[in-house]
Amino acid sequence: MLDNLKILYHQGKQYIPDLTKAEVPGIFRGRPVISASEVDEAKLVELCPTGAIQANPVSIDLGKCTFCGECAFAFPGKIQFTKDYKLSVNSRTDLVIIEGSDKPLELRPELIRKEIKSFFGGSLKLRQVSAGGDNSCELELNACGNVNFDMGRYGIEFVASPRHADGIVITGPIPANMAEPLQICFDATPDPKLIILVGTDAISGGIFEGSPALDRSFLDKYKVDLYVPGNPVHPLTFINGVLSLIR
Amino acid sequence: MKAVSIHNNQSIPVKSIPDLSYTEFLEANTSLVINDRENHCVNYFGFPFEDGIRLVCCIANDHDHLIHISSTLLNIDREYPSFSSLHLSFEKFEREIHENFGIKYLDHPWLKPVRFPFNQYDTANTIANYPFFQVSGEEIHEVGVGPIHAGVIEPGHFRFSCNGEQILHMEIQLGYQHRGIEYLLLEKKKLLQRTTIAESIAGDTVAGHTTAFINLFESLSGFKATEDLRFSRMLALELERIAMHTADLSALCTDIAYQLGSAVYGRLRTPIINFLQVWCGNRLAKGLLRPGMTHFPFTQALAEKLNAVLDSFEPDFIEMSKKLFSLPSALSRFEKTGVVSEEQLLEMGCVGMAARMYGVSRDVRFSHPHDLYSDIQHELIIKHHGDVYSRAQIRKQEIIQSIAFIREMLKSIPEPKEAGEDLQPMGKNMLALSLVEGWRGEICHCAITDSSGELEVYKVKDPSFHNWLALAMSVRNNEISDFPICNKSFNLSYCGHDL
Repeated sequence: MLDNLKILYHQGKQYIPDLTKAEVPGIFRGRPVISASEVDEAKLVELCPTGAIQANPVSIDLGKCTFCGECAFAFPGKIQFTKDYKLSVNSRTDLVIIEGSDKPLELRPELIRKEIKSFFGGSLKLRQVSAGGDNSCELELNACGNVNFDMGRYGIEFVASPRHADGIVITGPIPANMAEPLQICFDATPDPKLIILVGTDAISGGIFEGSPALDRSFLDKYKVDLYVPGNPVHPLTFINGVLSLIR
Repeated sequence: MKAVSIHNNQSIPVKSIPDLSYTEFLEANTSLVINDRENHCVNYFGFPFEDGIRLVCCIANDHDHLIHISSTLLNIDREYPSFSSLHLSFEKFEREIHENFGIKYLDHPWLKPVRFPFNQYDTANTIANYPFFQVSGEEIHEVGVGPIHAGVIEPGHFRFSCNGEQILHMEIQLGYQHRGIEYLLLEKKKLLQRTTIAESIAGDTVAGHTTAFINLFESLSGFKATEDLRFSRMLALELERIAMHTADLSALCTDIAYQLGSAVYGRLRTPIINFLQVWCGNRLAKGLLRPGMTHFPFTQALAEKLNAVLDSFEPDFIEMSKKLFSLPSALSRFEKTGVVSEEQLLEMGCVGMAARMYGVSRDVRFSHPHDLYSDIQHELIIKHHGDVYSRAQIRKQEIIQSIAFIREMLKSIPEPKEAGEDLQPMGKNMLALSLVEGWRGEICHCAITDSSGELEVYKVKDPSFHNWLALAMSVRNNEISDFPICNKSFNLSYCGHDL
């Protein structure tokens, strides 16, 4: 008993008091800012491994970006990744960051179904489906519930059964072999329900785009409520994204 | 000459690999593995060649640090005797060859699908009609789990045949995570694309698979990595090991409902991965390792930060571990649960922790050292019970060992070299093989280039490819309620297996 208390005492304070204002340590690659300076745009476009960069005007699609930061190393005067981890949006086109823009990313209120805030504002149970996820986003989603991030404090939780869930959280590019299980899981979730795409692979296929092993037709059928970019997503990106959707 | 012998990360001309008749090929490779336990198969794969399928078999000897490579050419219309009937460790490789190219085996004991790849030979094969082994009897019932599991983890299906609470047999069906990695590594030609794919083979083993890819690629390009590059690869591997082993100990505590251990180990992982972010901007080290260069040289200032992180990590970790490993309610769950015998491990060709849990000394860091591992005194951590307890103990001791390695490394940090010449193109008609000890065990990447120096074959083998069968064996005769801790104690990769 006493050594249990000692262990507890030695941990000190671990939780992050305010998840909406916390700062990430080190050199996080979050929302990019693109300056107006002139560069060899063809070279910049060619550099990107996933075709996230477009020229004239230069833009970066965060739904395709793997946040490797190679563009910022090659063209530091043109592209800078800021430490802003609030990257979630509810309109796919809002993930495209255009030259000269330095606005925080926000959800469009008119696209949030009106029942969401009243139904889920105080409690949101989510069923996670890893569909080809490489276990990096899965590790970070698990970390959202640890004592540091503790998203349970907002009533947000992952549950074991789709029948207990208010929505599904998809990670990974959705392999053909996972298409049917994903559909079954979604169908088993009661209405009203959310669809949240987590990570670049889920949003666009990421580096796997064009692979004949994928079947992303599920996403053509339903409206996505939240896009959370990252490779993998940072727990703060996920938690703040979900909060902005339900509160 | 029955085989050409190479060292880890060596490239050789394809034509130097002996081309044997199938009978000779079978005899040579199986006898190596049967007669000497220091030999095990690290990769065995096929690819279309002229009118048939060329097979390449790579057997590593842990004692003389060599890898013996030989090949043969098969005709797809014929039937062949299998390696697996002589030594079981080849079973998964032969199933893969059968699944990809339709090679028929006369006496394979268990010729079932592996991962239902998009380009499989028999397109009528679908993941929905996997042929499960059935145990019948009045008292027997089946329990199906997955592909989607209760936790936030990857998909895979487990089918239990139980007598009451007791598991008689469990079959593991994988393939849900198949993304076409090996195909994409050939199709996407930019180096940065390929490195990004390597980082995504298994997102919990970013340093492991990326190091294997980089070492292989540098070998094919004739690039000799400077000491600072090798330093950062080794450091990333050891940090990844500490982080993932800690996460696994947390998960084991969760599965025995030990809340304190779950919370404390869970939070202890945070400073380690946060350090990775301080170093390279990503908590799981994506973006850190690159062929021929690095954007994130390791500096003295980083070393001071890392020392401070380890100084506060270590006492908390040791205190928690002392408590966990002396807690009767934890030990009663860990000890003698999920036992796999030494004989079974050798037969299945297990690697990494799953081998070291019962007296089998397989560790690439020691037997086929890469990067700076030959410079350190590495004593293998070997256990002798093959149970959940042994696997948990290995993790605890390897974390402490890795901390000691890192402290040693930080005493002399190599000077960052200025970016040298650009990487040369890959050699033509070459084969290269790279072994890396990831935190789970032995990772093997193997590549062959064509006459224009472009990748023709790229073969990835995650340690889980060998070890999933060990999990299936470990749960036999255990209670089904002990499955979660057996599973967590192995913590194998789904995506690393399915590719």
